[in-house]
Amino acid sequence: MRELSYREALNEALVQAMDADPDVILIGEDIGTYGGAFGVTRGLLDRFGTGRVIDTPISEAGITGACVGAAISGLRPVGDMQFSDFITLGMEQLVLQGARMRTMFAGQVKVPLVMRLPGGAGTGAAAQHSGSYENWFVHVPGLKVVMPASAYDAKGLLLAAIDDDNPVIFCEHKLLYNTRGHVPEEAYREPLGVSRVWRRGRDLTLVATSMMVALALEAADQLAGEGIDVEVIDPRTLRPLDETPIVESVIRTGRLLVVHEAVETGGFGGEVVARVVASEAFDYLDAPPLRLAGKDVPVPQSEVLEAAAIPQFRDIVRDARKLARNEV
Amino acid sequence: MQNAARESLPQCQALKVLGPAGLKASLASMLLIRAFEERVDQLYLAGRTRGTLHLSIGQEATNVGALHALRAGDRFFSHHRGHGHALAWTDDPRRAMADILGKSGGFCEGFGGTMHMADVKSGFLGGNGIVAGGLPLSTGVGLAIQLRAEDAVCLVLFGDGAANEGALHEALNMASIWQLPVIYICENNSYAMSTPVNRSINVETISSRATAYGFPGFTIDGNDFLEVFDCVHAAASRARKGGGPTLVEALTYRIKGHSRSDRQAYRSREEVRRWQEPDRDPLLRLEATLLHAGIVDEEELSAMRLRASDRVDDAVAWAEAAPAPDPSGLLDHVYA
Ligand SMILES: Cc1ncc(C[n+]2csc(CCOP(=O)(O)OP(=O)(O)O)c2C)c(N)n1
Ligand SMILES: [Mg+2]
Repeated sequence: MRELSYREALNEALVQAMDADPDVILIGEDIGTYGGAFGVTRGLLDRFGTGRVIDTPISEAGITGACVGAAISGLRPVGDMQFSDFITLGMEQLVLQGARMRTMFAGQVKVPLVMRLPGGAGTGAAAQHSGSYENWFVHVPGLKVVMPASAYDAKGLLLAAIDDDNPVIFCEHKLLYNTRGHVPEEAYREPLGVSRVWRRGRDLTLVATSMMVALALEAADQLAGEGIDVEVIDPRTLRPLDETPIVESVIRTGRLLVVHEAVETGGFGGEVVARVVASEAFDYLDAPPLRLAGKDVPVPQSEVLEAAAIPQFRDIVRDARKLARNEV
Repeated sequence: MQNAARESLPQCQALKVLGPAGLKASLASMLLIRAFEERVDQLYLAGRTRGTLHLSIGQEATNVGALHALRAGDRFFSHHRGHGHALAWTDDPRRAMADILGKSGGFCEGFGGTMHMADVKSGFLGGNGIVAGGLPLSTGVGLAIQLRAEDAVCLVLFGDGAANEGALHEALNMASIWQLPVIYICENNSYAMSTPVNRSINVETISSRATAYGFPGFTIDGNDFLEVFDCVHAAASRARKGGGPTLVEALTYRIKGHSRSDRQAYRSREEVRRWQEPDRDPLLRLEATLLHAGIVDEEELSAMRLRASDRVDDAVAWAEAAPAPDPSGLLDHVYA
């Protein structure tokens, strides 16, 4: 089986999308010669030229607006935000314009853009380069939010996101770029709005996103040794959310733990818990649903503080064990 | 070695304001920054730093020239490439090194790190991870200085790349209509990451933008300490008298890669080497001028270089011995 890194998988998705459709263009800072801050666009300038791999000045509002404008004019732009944090400078163009336009104009326009956001902590990059902002976008009707956790999903979801006729926020994680996995050569699509059940289990439903999926799977392995059988589900698309597998899982397990890196308050975990509690799974709950998330603090730079701010493997094991043993 | 000494030192404001001892202190600061940054580079290569790093090597004359032209009570904002600013202002390599190594005892106790040093009491209002992030902030500080009728100015440093953020337009326009005491210093080091200035800006000089806002703009040799000092000093004097903002574009060059991940495919080694020659290197130029003027001699210069490297040794040893931050304090500063 062919293996690629998450970075290479994204790169291949971009190449295949651009080969197939001349309307797909890339816009962002240092995506040409430099190959993108994380190397995702390496080689694309040589292959597609400056007309389709467009380096910009440091102008995030401009980049975002250019994507929206190009999208309503028939192109399919893929914006590169270099670091997820910088989308805050493009918020107005993205949220108040790009996301709202189709509804305001009663369906007259389509806004088929993808905005790639390399996010997350764990690199010691401190409070302005480590954020996980996915739930800011989940809160915006008109946007779709995708968050791949593996190389396979990175490619399949990016191709599907580029095909989609709506603005899609594509949340990548910096620590995932070097992770490897099976990635087929053909241009396959993983549909948006479909959760992935990574592992079946009877005792507890663990919903995890992005970086936390790998940690959740490791935790499930360890807990299996203790006789705790954990089901791991990765929504992959946070908006629209495919909640059915989660609800069905909780009906079987009676216990729910949601893990994400973004801060807990106002985070995606609250949405998952709310949906489960409001569903037919409510009657099957054997314990209060739990969230394990980033601490409510801007991400600090130093290793010890950063590790204390972000859920770690041992935290997942601890909370899952507590929940499975009814110690909450 | 080519003698790049400036004959015009006696006419410089820098000599009048700083005096020979002050000029020596400025040179010592530049030497410290160079030695510090070279050591930080080695520490990174040895795997002893975490996260990214943006080094100031090559930009010492702008770092020190701009900040030594201020006085106590003034404020300034730095940016992501800010080790040089922190050292020029605080002369405290121990604390800077502790921040870089993620230790406690530095400026920001493991929260900020390389890009977010700050020493607010002294007027150093912080580095910034967001390109152009300091520009609107400096306008706000200038407004406060004006409203509180303080005898002070605010200076903000930013890169050529930052000149293309929308924030610059709003910040400079507001400072102009309110005639705020703010000095905007663009460290034009020829590149924003991989993007050369001429591919991101369609006018000759960044300083020409000042005209559009209605205040003075100057493009100067940012590797000439004396020129930077004099220009910023004049701008600050005008601002103190209610003369409003100034935009200074200091032409300089980033000798090292943009950050630790930069493969530098966008420029040639030859180009970099050219900027390290005695007629361009900011340290060699100020050294030559002070030697020529008899303010230092070769022996003293060697001693100064040695002292800079000793202080860096000391800073590394001190920072490495400092404890890691205590994770129990993680939430201590989220709210006042
Ligand atoms: C808003 C924002 N966009 C992009 C970046 C990523 N970034 C950091 S430094 C940099 C280049 C900055 O160039 P310049 O302003 O010329 O400063 P220099 O690095 O040359 O000192 C970029 C693109 C950022 N930190 N913030
Ligand atoms: Mg620059």
